[in-house]
Amino acid sequence: MTKPRVLVLRAAGSNCDMETHHAFEYAGARAEMIHINRLLRQEVRLADYQILAIPGGFTYGDDISAGKILANELRYKLSQELAGFHQSGKLIIGICNGFQVLVKAGLLPELDLDAGQKVTLVHNDSGKFEDRWVYLKVHESPSVFTTPMPEQVYFPVAHAEGKFAVSYPAVLERLEANHQIVFRYCAADGGSAAYPANPNGSVRDIAGICDPTGRILGLMPHPERHIDPTNHPRWMRDGAAREGDGAAIFRNAVAYFR
Amino acid sequence: MITRIELAQKEQYHDAEGKAILAGARDLGVRALTAVHAFRVYYFLGELTPAEQELIAVRLLADAVTDDWIINALLQRSRGEFWSAEVALNRGVTDMVAESARKGAIDLGLRAVEAVRTARRYELCGSLSAAEKELIAQKLLMNKVVEHLHQPGERLFFPAEEPPFELIHVSLLQASGEELMKISRERDLFLNLTEMETIQAYFRSLQREPTDVELEMIAQTWSEHCSHKTLTGLVEFEGRVIDNPLKETIFRVTRELNLPWCVSVFKDNAGIIEFDDDYNVCFKVETHNHPSAMEPYGGANTGIGGVIRDPMGTGLGAKPIINTDIFCFGPVDLPHDQLPRGVLHPKRVMQGVVAGVRDYGNRMGIPTSNGALYFDERYLGNPLVYCGNVGLIPRDKCEKQVVPGDYIVVVGGRTGRDGIHGATASSGELHSESEGTWSGAVQIGNPIVEKKLVDTLMQARDLGLYRAITDCGAGGLSSAVGELAKTTGAEVDLEFIPLKYHGLTYMEIWISEAQERMVIFVAPDKLEQALAVFAAEDVEATVIGRTTTDHKIRLRYRGQVVGELEMAFLHDGQPRIVRKARWDPPAIAESEGAQPASLGEILHRILAAPNVCSKEWVIRQYDHEVQGGSVLKPLVGVVNDGPGDGCITRPRLESHRAVILANGLNPKYGLIDPYWMAASAIDEALRNIIAVGGRLERCALLDNFCWGNTDKPDRLGGLLRAAQACYDMALVLGTPFISGKDSLNNEYKTESGESIAIPPTLLISAIAVMEDCCTAVSMDLKRPGNALYILGETGKELGGSHYYEAIGHSSSAVPRVDPARARALFIALADAIAAGLVRACHDCSEGGLGAALAEMAFAGGLGAEVTLCDLPRSADLLRSDWALFSESNSRFIVEVIPGKEEEFRARFMQLPCARIGEVTSGPRLRIRGLIGELVVDEAIDLLKNSWQETMRW
Repeated sequence: MTKPRVLVLRAAGSNCDMETHHAFEYAGARAEMIHINRLLRQEVRLADYQILAIPGGFTYGDDISAGKILANELRYKLSQELAGFHQSGKLIIGICNGFQVLVKAGLLPELDLDAGQKVTLVHNDSGKFEDRWVYLKVHESPSVFTTPMPEQVYFPVAHAEGKFAVSYPAVLERLEANHQIVFRYCAADGGSAAYPANPNGSVRDIAGICDPTGRILGLMPHPERHIDPTNHPRWMRDGAAREGDGAAIFRNAVAYFR
Repeated sequence: MITRIELAQKEQYHDAEGKAILAGARDLGVRALTAVHAFRVYYFLGELTPAEQELIAVRLLADAVTDDWIINALLQRSRGEFWSAEVALNRGVTDMVAESARKGAIDLGLRAVEAVRTARRYELCGSLSAAEKELIAQKLLMNKVVEHLHQPGERLFFPAEEPPFELIHVSLLQASGEELMKISRERDLFLNLTEMETIQAYFRSLQREPTDVELEMIAQTWSEHCSHKTLTGLVEFEGRVIDNPLKETIFRVTRELNLPWCVSVFKDNAGIIEFDDDYNVCFKVETHNHPSAMEPYGGANTGIGGVIRDPMGTGLGAKPIINTDIFCFGPVDLPHDQLPRGVLHPKRVMQGVVAGVRDYGNRMGIPTSNGALYFDERYLGNPLVYCGNVGLIPRDKCEKQVVPGDYIVVVGGRTGRDGIHGATASSGELHSESEGTWSGAVQIGNPIVEKKLVDTLMQARDLGLYRAITDCGAGGLSSAVGELAKTTGAEVDLEFIPLKYHGLTYMEIWISEAQERMVIFVAPDKLEQALAVFAAEDVEATVIGRTTTDHKIRLRYRGQVVGELEMAFLHDGQPRIVRKARWDPPAIAESEGAQPASLGEILHRILAAPNVCSKEWVIRQYDHEVQGGSVLKPLVGVVNDGPGDGCITRPRLESHRAVILANGLNPKYGLIDPYWMAASAIDEALRNIIAVGGRLERCALLDNFCWGNTDKPDRLGGLLRAAQACYDMALVLGTPFISGKDSLNNEYKTESGESIAIPPTLLISAIAVMEDCCTAVSMDLKRPGNALYILGETGKELGGSHYYEAIGHSSSAVPRVDPARARALFIALADAIAAGLVRACHDCSEGGLGAALAEMAFAGGLGAEVTLCDLPRSADLLRSDWALFSESNSRFIVEVIPGKEEEFRARFMQLPCARIGEVTSGPRLRIRGLIGELVVDEAIDLLKNSWQETMRW
């Protein structure tokens, strides 16, 4: 069985590229870290890959707003390649800054590179960058990345601009109706999440969404930071698991091509 | 044509910045302010049509969901009376967002955009007096060192102007001693008379006057900051002359221990030790005190940015993998009316420093996993900002090779007027006018430039495209090229160096301390390939000169030689400094008083003390998970909020081999006896390594001395005692020093002329390699019924303790260390942890046994029932309050599973070890004293609340 090829996209200020690369390799993919300039100069073809991963970081310093400049590069310089990639049944995942890029580039909540932005990620209600572990409820959704997945998982978040917001309520209803809400912040017992369980004030505790096809996923928490069981903040209390909760996301993506 | 675009979040979204300013104004006592609204402002220079202006607003600047915007007008949000204040960066200060905005505009096809500037506007509602406006502006809206209130119509863009070139000579040859010192003062050279005379003699032998850039270069190379002339000089102390005190203590112990896993010590930008078969790790800690006092955000920002470049410039370049930050501030609850003029409030300094480290470290993608905070009123005018970085480096990339004929290439950021005179300024004393005098020494970092730099350097390194590398730190290119090429010689054409803006003189170009620059030496046959690697990711790399064979540094500007110095004179020509040192133990009243009625209440107060309390507010703002290798985090326990000891990180995700980092710092002991302060700091750093599962056998230390003015014999004497302790302890413990740094002259001169020195402060940082991180333990109590043990002896050592501070007593009996016993204990405990006998372990430090037990209990969400009857203790430890709060060194509390107790005890047969109680499910900490009397009976959630409340901001 050939391993699916993963393009982990780098740009100035990407910084979770190595661990995202590692997570895909751990899950059985062949991953490469590729700088966006190489795509723009057509030294590398997106079409040669099966999975596009936009990792966390502070692309271009998050100047103007988080992920905005990289999002514009994708939207205005690589739109055809991206549309073709998605239409040919391939997968796209954006984590943290990558999620911010996907919503600002017009790839989420559904691929429409010409439309105005309907959802966004804004400054946390706490007004500051926060690193903390959060419980996530995994919902029934078309997402390839979470099929299968346990009902509740534990990942860290680390961001200043992660509050999910929508332009008008109908957008939310549509996300719900299409089952596009993949992850919601929840309390340890699975109950509803007040701060800090919902670390940023996201509307309806939304932590991650997919497009209607389930082939594009964006989420603020970092599954790639919970691959090894020793990543768990309490493995010393409760004993180390076989592997971290994040591994399933990458394995599901790889399995999709088998 | 200038287009002004203003944006703000729609009113239904939370305006965190506006709210923070409103809260800050309340703190300052401004009651008239009722609301604050914040706006982002962009100015675009270039011919743009209205459609293009709108394109920028809609597609680049505004978030369609959350933002309102307006072109060439104001988005007024205020009703009634308000004051509109716009804050812009001063000319020449790096404007990162503007650079990104210009790129964004060009990405949209708008090539007409020539330049961008950003600003922030505020609407402050209410009827404010002129004085209140001034207060709010100065204290909350801006820092005048880098920003100003922008007036409508004020010029924002400046045309390129090339200054006329004029070679400047300084008349030195005929100068009298008095005139020499006048030159030193007026040019901020910070050179003393002997040094000026040495320079004069050198130029007399050359029969010419020096140029300004030559003098500056010598002053930088000879500055305390770069040459460490005090601690490598001659010191008269206790009837003998010590030749190079550092060599006799810190360097000597490493040489005598002669450990095979020390790869490179005290010679490169960071010390290197072995990690595994493929990689080594290197570690460096630096200070950035004076810049942080003047501009906390920029000072700390460039402090961490600068120390990250040390591992990047070590060997052929290490990948930065962990940050550590330790800060010392004045009291954050100081009333504003007690603040001396010219001093920023400690809370503002702290918030700025934390934000500076946060924004740089997080953007670089380096986990900040360990640190410490310390508060003392003597840090008020002179806070300390220690920043450290660990790097991972392939074993075959640890040596540089400098040969003649290589190209000298500067990579990364451009050179600007920022940071002129940083190295020399940091060697002087701060005073109430410092912020005006030295504003040029303040820099603002651009982490994304540095991230791009490290990304491309690692590629070039692995392709073998350069032979030597160093960072531009204090002293800029002058120090970097001067140091790296000292065995060959170098010539540099200053006009090749890329500039941020026109107008710099050749001298400014050479000594600028602009950030994010590295220098590499590239073989001629590799040049093209090397430049291509950088160009591929938009990193600027420019050939500025060549290495030579003549052992001189030669500078040209527009074809004319503007400076030429022999490397031998520059690096070895500095006259040795002879200083006197003296140490007299301070007179400290011995007062012990009666045992307070409620030790539980005292325990609450100690837990709430700023030096003990939870630092969660700081820790959570740092990304401590990035790079994916976090094993033991700074916050641990059942709800992830207890105080972890050392932090553990796996640098290679495919392996369970790990690095442990820890720090030790005890300035309060330094005020009593710097010898025992140093010994305690070493003990504390090592305790934190051992407590989590590390071992002494692969553990190295870093020293960082921050001291007052060591021209004063008593200050220097204290430092020598501390250095001696470093030798004495490290030799017995078997832990070598691999790198270090000193920052002297940490004094602040008040308006009345009094000079306030910081407490003598030695930071000891420890790094250890852990074979298998799966044996690590955390400090939180794990299960009811488990036994609790104490290791180590408790003495009546309350001098400098938080207990005495809390109850207002004093003593000179500062905690001491018996290094041989500490070593035996550390080894036995490391073995017990490796054998899986330990469920939790925490060292006793600030607040002693009482604080340690409380922390373990509330971190684990469990209670404990403890009795101190069998506590191993010294003969004079006669009272339960002393037992509970003495800060004696080399002590741990350990949780052991009942079935493993015998095996555990057997490992400590000859060592102080006693069972003191057990873990309980009832959520109370109950402690019985030396004769079995109940002295503490407190609910753990209330103890936790006291511990968290102080810094719950």
